[in-house]
Amino acid sequence: MRGASQAKWVVAAVAVALAATACGGGASGGGDAANGPVDAAGTFSYQSSEPQNPLQPANAMEVGGGRVIKSLFKGLVDYDPATGALRNQVAEKIETTDAQNYTVTLKSGWTFHDGTPVTAASFVDAWNWGANTKSGQINSDWFSDIAGYEAVHPEKGDPTAETMSGLKVVDDTHFTIQLTGPVSYFQYKLGYTAFSPLPKAFFTDPAKYGQNPVGNGPYKFVSWEHNKAITVAAYDQYAGADKPKNGGIVFKNYSQSEAAYKDLVSDNLDVLDQVDPADLASYKSDLGNRAVDQAQGAIQNISFAMYQADWQGVDKAKVRQGLSMAIDRETITKTVLNGSRQPADSWVAPGAMGYKAGTCGDACKYDPAKAKQLVTEGGGVPNNKITIVYNSDGGHKEWVDAVCNSIRQATGVECVGDPKPDFKTSRDLIKKKQVQSMMRTGWVQDYPLNANFLRDVYGTGAAANDAGYSSAEFDRFAAEADKATSVEKTAELYQQAEAQLAKDMPAIPLWYYKTTSGYSNNVQNVKFDSFGDPVFTQVEVKQK
Amino acid sequence: MGRFVARRLLQMIPVFVGTTTLIFFMVRVLPGDPVAAMWGDKAPDPAQLAAFKHRMGLDKSMIQQYLDYMGNLLTGDFGQTMAGRKVIDVIGEALPVTMRLALLAFAIELVLGVAIGLFAGLRRGKSFDKGTLLFTLLLISIPVPVLGFIFQNVFATNLGWVTPTVQNSENLGQLLLPAVVLGSLSLAYVARLTRTSIVENVKADYMRTAVAKGLPRRKVIGTHLLRNSMIPVVTFLGTDLGALMGGAIVTEGIFNVKGVGNALYHAINLKEGATVSGFVVVLVLVYLAASLIVDLLYAVLDPRIRYA
Repeated sequence: MRGASQAKWVVAAVAVALAATACGGGASGGGDAANGPVDAAGTFSYQSSEPQNPLQPANAMEVGGGRVIKSLFKGLVDYDPATGALRNQVAEKIETTDAQNYTVTLKSGWTFHDGTPVTAASFVDAWNWGANTKSGQINSDWFSDIAGYEAVHPEKGDPTAETMSGLKVVDDTHFTIQLTGPVSYFQYKLGYTAFSPLPKAFFTDPAKYGQNPVGNGPYKFVSWEHNKAITVAAYDQYAGADKPKNGGIVFKNYSQSEAAYKDLVSDNLDVLDQVDPADLASYKSDLGNRAVDQAQGAIQNISFAMYQADWQGVDKAKVRQGLSMAIDRETITKTVLNGSRQPADSWVAPGAMGYKAGTCGDACKYDPAKAKQLVTEGGGVPNNKITIVYNSDGGHKEWVDAVCNSIRQATGVECVGDPKPDFKTSRDLIKKKQVQSMMRTGWVQDYPLNANFLRDVYGTGAAANDAGYSSAEFDRFAAEADKATSVEKTAELYQQAEAQLAKDMPAIPLWYYKTTSGYSNNVQNVKFDSFGDPVFTQVEVKQK
Repeated sequence: MGRFVARRLLQMIPVFVGTTTLIFFMVRVLPGDPVAAMWGDKAPDPAQLAAFKHRMGLDKSMIQQYLDYMGNLLTGDFGQTMAGRKVIDVIGEALPVTMRLALLAFAIELVLGVAIGLFAGLRRGKSFDKGTLLFTLLLISIPVPVLGFIFQNVFATNLGWVTPTVQNSENLGQLLLPAVVLGSLSLAYVARLTRTSIVENVKADYMRTAVAKGLPRRKVIGTHLLRNSMIPVVTFLGTDLGALMGGAIVTEGIFNVKGVGNALYHAINLKEGATVSGFVVVLVLVYLAASLIVDLLYAVLDPRIRYA
């Protein structure tokens, strides 16, 4: 598959680059003429936005705060930016025999930026606090796997306990985690920033701390000029595997990505988040070899309102497959989206562990004749008309229209976009299950494992199951996968669950997101991970 | 005069209450739930959602929220953003920046606009006058975003005189380019208004009298002609100051200036009722103050206009 080979190429390129810098140091990169002497204390700027919440690890869900938190904190594990594989950081080892009871051993020598050591209690206290309803943390449900979560975070009302029974501190370097049931990939979840440790000082005044955070990550907090910039500096006592190769980062605020792009081209900004749509067509020629174009762990779907009677029944799966087949993904990604997306052939983004090319099968291949035939065989679409609900503030109009056009031409089904003024309005409608036929949905990975793309989106009653899809087979495979003894086995079993999606087609996978970005002449060795974040610690600032 | 000012100040109260009430409800009846949207594509955690709304007071009835808001406003408390910052702090950071930008734009349009209008009016029908009419027509017809991008490309990308966006929003020199863009539309109006006014007044009786008295030309034009011609211009400038403050959203976006426009844009995106209302309250005050000053200036410019 085109997608698979492309992703592999990127991974290989990143691996080679990392290997080259690791062994060669300052003398590396002979092949790249633009490389120059590096200033290890140099800082660089990065396009960002004002965090929506105070800077607390369990409170950052959007990118503005999330990326700053990621640079300030390091949890038990993280993901190798080149391969996406799990890698121990503060954890020496995490052991389990039944996927339900875990024993964590910490490395010694880790300290917070205020000099206090990172201990088992730093984690247990942080998690207990983050899970508590009273703390008001956006990411608190990340702790819901842990036994005793209900006591600190009941469905309604005030918590009845301060701590979760599933967390026990053994000594300074050991603690145990007991889950409510087996979750074979729990370690993968632990890489999420919500599971970061917190120093003692945090708990005296979490709100104040949120304006002036003290973490244990590769960078320490310097200043936060609201709506302007957040500055962090390399932490020289950092004990992790990814020591910063630069002196620090300035997260510079932009309200319009066009402005950021202009600054990048003129070297007033060093690393871009994403190229704005208007400049997509020309950014590769503007930036030359400083342009970035690689796969990301995110997918764009259109989902069916499976809760509507119109879409129920066995035959309707054929109609859904037919509609999927009627979409010319190749052409739309190339023209309408300026090559900023990659056609999808499964429900899992490449780069995630367990991604299997082509699970969508023929249904994701453009075949207008077959599409029409399937739609007819399945009894057609009610009133021969479908609508796609989307938010008009996110630049989706163009591709929704193109998708509808493609469907209309191939199958004769009338298809129109149904724009809602903004993201909040469309989410409201989707959450209340008031969509009539179809809706735009997307998923950005929380961790690079196929379970995250499947269980959390298509499991019965799952929080992000916008389609209202419910399949006994899918749930059975998922439950089995969660009990597996190894992550490899889990990933494999989830592939079987994914095969069920191909049969039922509750959502049509359209394309994977790509990181379309770039960097200035002031920096080099800028790589992006599958989350679409630059590998901040690897960025090298050239000497002036 | 004193009574006039007092009456005007009293009139401000209902205007102030009316506008703040309107904006309060307008922001809050927008569809979509700002708190639930904090979870993005993910389903909000119901317990957390309820706790958050309770903390923000969003679980009370709309009327109760309104009364709370207005009550707090009287004590100078503008409420909190969803991120837990005081709205007054957010305003305090953004307002001076926009004030600087707006005043710079205002100075440009005032000085250049009046000067161009004066010369064009005195040389009616000559090539400078025709050029002015053409040039101002051009300015009026180019939308601000287009002008912004043209300036950005010409002066930053091609000529390299300035950086494409403002690197330090406190630096007056860097604000010059966005100020020109922001003030250009009004500059055109000011120039045209001044020109027309001059053309009308130049033939007035008092002008003939002034010339007949043998007054020097500078005095004829400066004290007699210009002063009498400024009344419509001042009216326009007064309301324009408010428009400049609030209308900088586009310009501030293009040049990444960290002022009111930027903050307001961010707040509207997040549907932060308290922040949006807070900014509007301040803008209303600016408008009211500006229109009061305009009314007072009438008396200075033309003593025939009596108050009291």
